[in-house]
Amino acid sequence: MDNTRSIISILIYPIQLLVSFPIEMAEQTYDTVISYNELKKENERLKEKQLVDSIKLLKFESLENENIRLRGLLESSFKLGEQVLVAELLSVNLVPYEHVMVVNKGSRFGVHEKQAVLDANGIVGQVVRSLPLSSEVMLITDPNHAIPVQVNRNGLRTIAIGTGQLDRLNLPFLPNNTDILPGDLLVTSGLGGTFPQGYPVAVVGNITVQPNKPFANIFATPKAKLDRVRELLVVWSDSTPIPLSSPKVESNDDESE
Amino acid sequence: MKANRNQYGKRYFITLLLAMGLNVLPLTNELKALNPDWVLLVLIYWTLAVPERVGVFNAWGLGILVDVLTGRILGMHGLIYALINYTCIKFHRRLRHYPIPQQALFVFFCLLLSQSLVFWIENIQGSTGLTWVFWLPVLTGTICWPFIFSGLRLIRLIGPVS
Repeated sequence: MDNTRSIISILIYPIQLLVSFPIEMAEQTYDTVISYNELKKENERLKEKQLVDSIKLLKFESLENENIRLRGLLESSFKLGEQVLVAELLSVNLVPYEHVMVVNKGSRFGVHEKQAVLDANGIVGQVVRSLPLSSEVMLITDPNHAIPVQVNRNGLRTIAIGTGQLDRLNLPFLPNNTDILPGDLLVTSGLGGTFPQGYPVAVVGNITVQPNKPFANIFATPKAKLDRVRELLVVWSDSTPIPLSSPKVESNDDESE
Repeated sequence: MKANRNQYGKRYFITLLLAMGLNVLPLTNELKALNPDWVLLVLIYWTLAVPERVGVFNAWGLGILVDVLTGRILGMHGLIYALINYTCIKFHRRLRHYPIPQQALFVFFCLLLSQSLVFWIENIQGSTGLTWVFWLPVLTGTICWPFIFSGLRLIRLIGPVS
């Protein structure tokens, strides 16, 4: 059945390209005629951001090594290596009642189902179907999507469920007296194995305590800019445990793979 | 006769291709909910116009293409289009003589049947939490029918037809 779909999808792909073509053209035109001043401003902003980011990265490498070493000591080690592929969004919308996007990288690039998809700000969703030339990505806000998360502040684990609105996630399984505050960052907990651990997902918004019900009514806003995103990162996460021998040998193994 | 058939074939193909494009057109959130099933509307027109050319198998194949295009379970639109195509072929003699409002009423019921089947199949697959907005394309499709009918009629009859 999947094979049939793959073959037909190759026939269908030109239609999707054709539909998204005008929008891509419009964006390209906009890029070409953008004013010098704006370009300069953007350049300055990006340079500043790059500086800040590279300073953050300076510490990151040593911290990562330290983290791996400490995890090795705790005998619960996980390799944190991840590989990404940039995929571009095709401007087609499949059905109005689902939040599924089409991206222009498919199984020809090794994209497969249940892969996490990110943008620069956080988790966007996961690949639900990979076709030869394109793949379908379900957003975390789809009513049928649930993502295991944890509160970054205290490690509280729960599940965030999509609401069907692009700016809202629902956290339905937290009791009224739970330790969660507006503004808390939710990151992926890595449980379930689909999403790699520790990526930002959403920020907790309003919390309504319902004294007559067992669970509080909590909503969160996704970190990723789901309505404006054009380029996405498809992630190959590798969560195979590091052997508990010396880290040197382990890293050599990596290169040979 | 053969040239005639080819002529229609080309037009049939191109209009359906356009309709498929319209089905997946990227729109804003408000308009997205209103976007009717253009392929089905165009298919109904062609079925009523040349029922001897547009058969059930044809409609089924088209439905499979739409399934892949919109990422639904394979065969959902196939089933829907085949059913509606069959009804249209059954009634085409009567429907051709109806005035356009009455035709639109028939199209309304076709779209309602289609959307009900979609609703049923989607709910079998999982709880989709579909709201009343889901049913709006039935209305917009019905409103679009007079324009589609006259537009496609123009396309069908324009140019060399023997």
